[in-house]
Amino acid sequence: MQPVNILGDKMEIAYYPGCTLKTNAKEFEETAIKVFEKLGVRLKEINKWYCCGTVYSLATDNLMYRLAAIRNLIRAKEEGYDKLVTLCSICYNTLKQTNLMAKEDEDAMYKINSFMDEEPDYDGSVEVLHPLQILNEMMDEVKAKVKKPLDKKYAAYYGCLLLRPKEVAIDEYENPSVMERLIEALGGSAVDFPLKNECCGSYNVACNKEAVIDANYRIITNARKNGAEAIVTSCPLCHFNLKEIQKEVKKAYPDFVGLPVYYFTEIMAMAFGVKK
Amino acid sequence: MKMVRIYIMGKEYRVPEGLTIMKAMEYAGYRYIRGSGCRAGFCGACATVYRKEGEYKLHADLACQTTVEDGMYLVQLPFTPANKAIYDLEKIRVDDKTLVNFYPEIARCVSCNTCTKACPQELDVMDYIQASLRGDVAKAAELSFDCIQCGLCAMRCPAEIAHYHVAQLARRLYGKYIAPRAKHLEKRVKEIEEGKFDKDMKKMMKMSIEELRKLYNARDIEPEEEV
Amino acid sequence: MNWLLSKVEELSGENLYACYQCGKCSAGCPMVNEMDLLPNQVILLVIRGDESVVDTKTPWVCAQCYQCGVRCPKNVDITKIMEALRLIKLRQNIDHIKLEKVKKNLPQIALVSATRKYTG
Repeated sequence: MQPVNILGDKMEIAYYPGCTLKTNAKEFEETAIKVFEKLGVRLKEINKWYCCGTVYSLATDNLMYRLAAIRNLIRAKEEGYDKLVTLCSICYNTLKQTNLMAKEDEDAMYKINSFMDEEPDYDGSVEVLHPLQILNEMMDEVKAKVKKPLDKKYAAYYGCLLLRPKEVAIDEYENPSVMERLIEALGGSAVDFPLKNECCGSYNVACNKEAVIDANYRIITNARKNGAEAIVTSCPLCHFNLKEIQKEVKKAYPDFVGLPVYYFTEIMAMAFGVKK
Repeated sequence: MKMVRIYIMGKEYRVPEGLTIMKAMEYAGYRYIRGSGCRAGFCGACATVYRKEGEYKLHADLACQTTVEDGMYLVQLPFTPANKAIYDLEKIRVDDKTLVNFYPEIARCVSCNTCTKACPQELDVMDYIQASLRGDVAKAAELSFDCIQCGLCAMRCPAEIAHYHVAQLARRLYGKYIAPRAKHLEKRVKEIEEGKFDKDMKKMMKMSIEELRKLYNARDIEPEEEV
Repeated sequence: MNWLLSKVEELSGENLYACYQCGKCSAGCPMVNEMDLLPNQVILLVIRGDESVVDTKTPWVCAQCYQCGVRCPKNVDITKIMEALRLIKLRQNIDHIKLEKVKKNLPQIALVSATRKYTG
């Protein structure tokens, strides 16, 4: 097997699950661990972790909301890892942005390290990765593992937090293609659609559901008009907002026709012939 | 007798060295009406916070378990206002949302760890709140097992969580729905109900104290099982 | 400089005067249909010191997707300006939602995010 540059000579990587991977998105975690095992990469869950502190706080002085992410990075470092992978787009974004702050903002890190006097100081030395960045370098290996090639047209839906802000983008932020290449590698056809990087409404689902219903209608209808038979995503909240509320979308928009929504690891498991 | 200076609600007192905070306050003339219970570190009634001279740290402890030190600034927290969710344990189900549905404020936890630092029982309070958030009821129950509900965590929490109520629900759910049933206990209860021990009981009722004592000392003791 | 502008600049770290009102942020905003004030109008009102801006729907509907910020030709991160406006309210101990009333059984990630953005 070709060495994967992003992982260096290691085929094991620290894995940070996040709360939702243990609840709503269990199938995401299960399939991810299995398909990466097939590819020879072990996702090793770190022994201790906390909610990532999502979503990343933006105020210059809001360091309190970044403690959780720093603590998780310290746990990974303590266990001897210099790279940490996480499946959930929102956890990825929060951990990644916090780690950039840790590397760049000495003043903020002085305050955070002094506040967390029970923890060792953190210096930003754990690199945060998303599994799609690893897969991006392993497309040949992915192809080689396909047993039942996918036979549908899939629209890759990236949402916002894998791509923005620019500093944390896993791919070209206005026109990403890694998931499309993955879909093609798995034998499916990838459907390009303009709304693939438009936000699903995110946490508006908690108190302003209409906004999410409208976004769902726009995104799924747009994917369907471009020929998609299913949607593929990497975010448990996009997954919830696109999949779980389709009934309510139908109520608001009688012309709405839904689409199945999968995590990218679920279609990998299907193509690899891995049992759930 | 060596005396130390302590400050109770800002007023200086001299009290004998070696007293607990609770006894020192009584020595100084305060009388506990609330905020005192077992005086043995189990009931959680005598939560107290203090600072020491020349230190920025705010300490939290039980007044009955902590010895006074020279230059302590003290106040008692006899009660913590905290809402307790109302539920019928027979009717609620346990899943990965139960705790967060009853106590949605646990989603506000920022992992500052202040609760853990405040806990006089030295529990990993933040860890059990985090376990509760991700629906791991068993872990939350296990980590909070020694909680005495003094309320110090809740008073220090910037996210305004009432940790100890969350933990109590976790332990109740664990006991009712998750912990394995004690099969041997069920079996024994059934045997008792079926009268298996009636004869022995009747025999023992007629024994003298001496005979009972002898019987007791000669009883079989099951080895303690590792849990 | 009015207090609102200086507060927003302090919290966001952004230079609002860099905005030349091209409207690209509003054109790309996925939540713009739900807003009563366009993102570029928010900037204008903050510069004018119009405090009513913190009571509009716009900052609360913002889903922090960063689309406006990455597309801004003047590199103004409007996402951060929305956060600043939310915080001006939240830091006065005025929550935007009552957490107890939020629908049950949401994914943890939705609930945690909502507490961060809608409660202080």
